[in-house]
Amino acid sequence: MALLQISEPGQSPDPHQRRIAVGIDLGTTHSLVAAMRNGVAECLPDAEGRVILPSAVRYLEGGGRQIGFDALPAQSTDPQNTIVSVKRFMGRGLNDLKDVSRLPYRFVGEPGQGMVSLQTVAGVKSPVEISAEILATLRYRAEDSFNDDLYGAVITVPAYFDDAQRQATKDAAQLAGIKLLRLINEPTAAAIAYGLDNASEGIYAVYDLGGGTFDISILRLTRGVFEVIATGGDSALGGDDYDQALVAWVLAQTGVQAADAHDLARLRVAARACKEALTDAETVDFVADLSTGPLRHPVRRGDFHAATEALTARTLSAVRKALRDAQLERDEVQGVVMVGGSTRMPQVQQAVHDYFGKAPLNNLNPDEVVALGAAIQANQLAGNDQTGDLLLLDVIPLSLGLETMGGLVERIVPRNQTIPTAMAQDFTTYQDGQTALALHVVQGERDLVADCRSLARFELRGIPPMAAGAARIRVTFTVDADGLLQVAAREMISGVEAAIEVKPSYGLSDDQIARMLQDSFSTAQQDMQARALAEARLEADRMVLATRSALKADGDLLSDAERATLDSLIEAALAAKSLEDAKSIEAATEALAKGTEAFAASRMNRGIQQALAGRQVDSL
Amino acid sequence: MNLQSNDFELFGVPERFAQDRAALDQRWKDLQREAHPDRFAAQGGAAQRVAMQWSVRINEAYQRLKDPLRRAAYLCELRGAPIEAENNTAMPAAFLMQQMEWREALDDAGSVAALNGLDAEVRAARAQAIEACRRLLDDEQQFAAAAQQVRALMFIARFERDIESRLDQLGQ
Repeated sequence: MALLQISEPGQSPDPHQRRIAVGIDLGTTHSLVAAMRNGVAECLPDAEGRVILPSAVRYLEGGGRQIGFDALPAQSTDPQNTIVSVKRFMGRGLNDLKDVSRLPYRFVGEPGQGMVSLQTVAGVKSPVEISAEILATLRYRAEDSFNDDLYGAVITVPAYFDDAQRQATKDAAQLAGIKLLRLINEPTAAAIAYGLDNASEGIYAVYDLGGGTFDISILRLTRGVFEVIATGGDSALGGDDYDQALVAWVLAQTGVQAADAHDLARLRVAARACKEALTDAETVDFVADLSTGPLRHPVRRGDFHAATEALTARTLSAVRKALRDAQLERDEVQGVVMVGGSTRMPQVQQAVHDYFGKAPLNNLNPDEVVALGAAIQANQLAGNDQTGDLLLLDVIPLSLGLETMGGLVERIVPRNQTIPTAMAQDFTTYQDGQTALALHVVQGERDLVADCRSLARFELRGIPPMAAGAARIRVTFTVDADGLLQVAAREMISGVEAAIEVKPSYGLSDDQIARMLQDSFSTAQQDMQARALAEARLEADRMVLATRSALKADGDLLSDAERATLDSLIEAALAAKSLEDAKSIEAATEALAKGTEAFAASRMNRGIQQALAGRQVDSL
Repeated sequence: MNLQSNDFELFGVPERFAQDRAALDQRWKDLQREAHPDRFAAQGGAAQRVAMQWSVRINEAYQRLKDPLRRAAYLCELRGAPIEAENNTAMPAAFLMQQMEWREALDDAGSVAALNGLDAEVRAARAQAIEACRRLLDDEQQFAAAAQQVRALMFIARFERDIESRLDQLGQ
């Protein structure tokens, strides 16, 4: 990795230097990377001019791997080492996967024991590592396109992804060496691309049927503000299910059975081809070369529609629920934006048309629109677009709560709450002298813990012994702008901040990520150190640049002494960069960050005052 | 004005029950435009932490201000008449009678039409209670009486949720 250009001491690098920021759509079937070029968002092509990267990774004997189009042909010949649709396994345990028997992979992991892994010729791989291979491929593509290092990326996730799935995506970005600027929801990204393109105002619905996930979001668009009012969906429903339904129908019609993993993979590939052909043709032959002999069976469009009717109905029931959450009627929706390759299916188009009573909007490529929207947001987050007035106000898709006595859920953050948000609830002890409390964090809408998704278990220790019910333990849930949850707990009467131990139910621990990072470097130690050093220097540069631009804008808020302190911290950070020790550089950067805290607070105060003053003048 | 300012001060609106919803919506967006963490994504950790605090605080105030029940409860508390619903369960007899009638009607309602009819009745009662809150808080400064109305509103809100889940069961 090349370093940022280092200027002479005292001479600041050009603050308007363009940063390479991209949007990445990490999809179930395929992934894309997009960036702003000459003021327009566009998807970046590979060397062969293809913008789509199939989300397929094949592990080879001897440590090699094939990614994307190179891996696809091996789906039928080497299915156990060729992983497709890995997104379905992100943040998921073995008992979450309904169709394990129909998948050709060798899953590792006990039911109820954390995220699944897959056994390949290259060893056991976590879905996070497999996704990181795809992300790294897109990162290299972007860096080759611009012949420059990547500053950061916005990565999209289905709106209905829960906390474990979001965290897994964030971990994958870290493994791929990508600075994550923000996780944003796929329908929201699509709305940005669509809304900015069409200068739309009013209520819009985004119907996003991808390869493995379904999302519905209801948004209000007003002058650059994208406010999500409600969101819903099904994180395990997508085009793959239509393929499976078609396979099941053909097998039932013909009485043929799949003999092994290779047959299963061939049937999936055949179903996908048949489904896609049915978009344009009335009748298509389903053709697969199975181990028991060739299979050929004609499929009419009507057969396919009937076989998948229940799936389409499931999407519409999620649409109804989201509209009710938004307290809107279907005729108040001005337009329905179609996103995701699966919305090309005629029966889906028709069902949405019938439900809303108006033709859905298809004028942007449904495969690209998510990546394009993410690129627009990435460009603004990186600070390239100083005039940009795009504002995203997104929501949390699923309620968050804690397990209480009797296996019941106490809801702390309700779904469709605008993020970032922080909410607290007080709990107490139920036994005299109780000094510890086990907390179980869950996500979902049901009243019973067993019906919700387990996110993490906490143990709160060091509560001073008191009578039962006397302790007041305040548990605070904070959901950040990425939609990720942090939980803090404190005993209020003694003021004792008790120790917390987090055990993510379906996530990776910091140790596991560190080990994976290490594994991903063949000559381990030295590369690790070189990378840590480069990243520490980059971070120091970022911090110095940010502080200088803040000083330029609002330096008048500081006294001479405060100003001198900050200047010397900047000098110290710049000086530390010439050291060969990442830890020392990080310490200097951290000192600068800490030193700017009060300044950041007064800058924010000024901004807020100006916002209010501006309005009051406006409304006169 | 700072993070400790009350919701009304933070939004720069008069400290009273009657509010213009459109103005609140607009003010919320103006404030988030300044404070949202997205505006500080390219800056240091300190700026991002401050942005997070403010953005959370603005969302919290907006949730409270835009919801009549929560806004009324908040004003009662500011005026020294806290709601303390768990310690104040005594309600007027007439109100309790009506609650019981509604419960019976909900148990008996077997159709969507019957539920919708009940829903309309409860909504009307809700609108009345909200108007009573406004009068007691803004015109008459009867804060203890307003707190009593807020507790009535809490009953009504809970009942509305029960109607909704019955509608859910009937597949609407």
